[in-house]
Amino acid sequence: MILVKNKYKVLGLVIALLCTLFFMCISVLYGYADTSLHTTIQSFMNFDHSNEQIIIQNVRIPRALIAASVGASLAITGVLLQTLTKNPLASSGILGINAGAGFAVVFALVIFNITSLQAFAWIAFIGAAVATVVVLGISAAGGTASTPIKITLAGAAISALFASYTQGLLAMNEANMDQVLFWLAGSVQGRKIEILLSVLPYLVIGWIMAMAISSKMNVLALGDDIARGLGLKLGLFKFIIGIITILLAGGAVAISGPIGFVGIIIPHFARKIIGTDHRWLIPMAALLGAILLIVADVAARFIIMPSEVPVGVMTAFIGTPFFIYLARTKGGRT
Amino acid sequence: MKKLKSIRLFNQSVSFLVDLHIAKRAAFICFLAVMAFLLSGSFGESFISPIRVIQAIFGYGDDYTQLVINDFRLPRIIVAAFAGIALAVAGAVLQGMIKNPLASPDIIGISAGGGAAVVGFLALFSDLNHSLTVSIQWMPLAGFVGATLVGLVVYLLAWKDGVTPSRLVLIGLGVSIFLQALTTLLMIIGPIHLAAEAQKWIIGSVRTAEWHEVQIMVPVIISLLIVLSFLVRHLNVQDFGDETATSLGQSVQKFRFTLIILCSSLVASAIAFTGAIGFVGLIAPHIARRLVGSAFGLLLPTSAAIGAFLVVVADIIGRTAFNPLEVPAGVFTAAIGAPYFIYLLLKKPKH
Repeated sequence: MILVKNKYKVLGLVIALLCTLFFMCISVLYGYADTSLHTTIQSFMNFDHSNEQIIIQNVRIPRALIAASVGASLAITGVLLQTLTKNPLASSGILGINAGAGFAVVFALVIFNITSLQAFAWIAFIGAAVATVVVLGISAAGGTASTPIKITLAGAAISALFASYTQGLLAMNEANMDQVLFWLAGSVQGRKIEILLSVLPYLVIGWIMAMAISSKMNVLALGDDIARGLGLKLGLFKFIIGIITILLAGGAVAISGPIGFVGIIIPHFARKIIGTDHRWLIPMAALLGAILLIVADVAARFIIMPSEVPVGVMTAFIGTPFFIYLARTKGGRT
Repeated sequence: MKKLKSIRLFNQSVSFLVDLHIAKRAAFICFLAVMAFLLSGSFGESFISPIRVIQAIFGYGDDYTQLVINDFRLPRIIVAAFAGIALAVAGAVLQGMIKNPLASPDIIGISAGGGAAVVGFLALFSDLNHSLTVSIQWMPLAGFVGATLVGLVVYLLAWKDGVTPSRLVLIGLGVSIFLQALTTLLMIIGPIHLAAEAQKWIIGSVRTAEWHEVQIMVPVIISLLIVLSFLVRHLNVQDFGDETATSLGQSVQKFRFTLIILCSSLVASAIAFTGAIGFVGLIAPHIARRLVGSAFGLLLPTSAAIGAFLVVVADIIGRTAFNPLEVPAGVFTAAIGAPYFIYLLLKKPKH
């Protein structure tokens, strides 16, 4: 932990917030069509329907906002799930929640011929919720899935399960494949601000709830037995964490499609910087998550210009080395 | 009292301890697999009775039946059966080695490696008009190389003063997510026909099997199985833990490395021709262990028979249930495998 005193922790959060805003500006300014800060300000002050201004208003700003809120939500989910499952590798991607959402969308597309992004969002929400219930249910039921490696494997297998059903549906319906593929890769490109606005209330509720339970998360982190001894109603509390996970992971996936690894990497970095106290950790992770996704999204525009790398692929490329490092240092214990 | 019989071959370099009572069950499973094999010859566009199938295989019967059976159906069934055998045996060995019942070739990234290699192959050798510049016959080779390489890479990344099973699984998991991202990327930037072709491969199907594929696949798998059967009795010792195995004179790490490579190549040679048929490597060994126990002498042949049975039956269903639409076999192995897997997770541990 780098920041020990509360004074410095506040400072750290402020700096992270400023960084987030800075990168959001970068995200708005740079891309296939070059724009300037002046045009951006002009587009708000006096909108003249020029191409640049329309791009900024309709494409870049929604995109930056979406990247920020998705990144923040995924990071918070990661913190909660890692503490809940006592597993340094837990995140919504690893535990199969993203795959559940992906399957739901493909199912709706193939069986009911639904193709609008707006509809995808709601269906993804449902899929993520179902997968969350299944995974957390399995881990709560105890059984063989209680240790870190086993819950990770359980999640991986549930991902594999949903993935193979998804592939099966896609193999039977090649016509609509290109629409779904891009969604499945996870991307914040081409999402309208309406999608964000319709999901945002759920995300905000999730963020507030996460902050509200942050001091109790510290108690949970001590272990189930101690937490129970300290008067925490474990069953109810875990249920609440489940609800927050559905709100945040489901909402994030609904907007952007499955984006992996943000939820794994960010909590570890945040812990390194600000320590394990969840009251500081959760906001810090949220900001860092937002920064990571915004930066990854900006980078995604430039790598194979003029087309784009889906940001989910970017985070997987950034995240895998880190995941392997974690698995080598922390995950080797059974 | 168990009736045990030891079988020693080749100057004692191969030995199995076989419980005769349980051996009967294993024989019954093999019988089922053979029946599925014959039935698979019967079903299709036109029904041909199993007896005529046997006649046709041995060269009797009318021209039409012989054409349908020997040229159209038989290669496909053989490919399905051998893919099942290879996947199931690799799964059984991996589960024994990793000592985790949830491990399987699809989970530790070997299948994903094959998938990424095939998509990479299609992307790399497509010209501007989206047609392949080299023969599609090379695709299995790409799949094989990819899967084996990934097996090796996962092993090396998991190495830190030796390889522990759980680290191997976690690293495999990370690598396979990475490879899936790579596959998605290649499919998105590549032409759409590539996506369709790759999709079929990723889900796993035996639809395109032909005789010349059988001629490569079967000898490779059989020779790998022979090598494995020499080695596999050492796995029984590993069940006691690394320390005990070492003190009994086994070079645990070297042995683990050999097995990983053998399993990777076994899986690779199956999925190179069929695509990544999922869950067979996971559930076949489980069912086998239920039936014949966990000593590898009987476990491997029984797993093999169950694996063959599963893939052949999945293929029969896939080709008849939604006629005229063909559903890839991998969808059905997942349909059987997934619920079973969840059952495994929910089951309380015995100790």
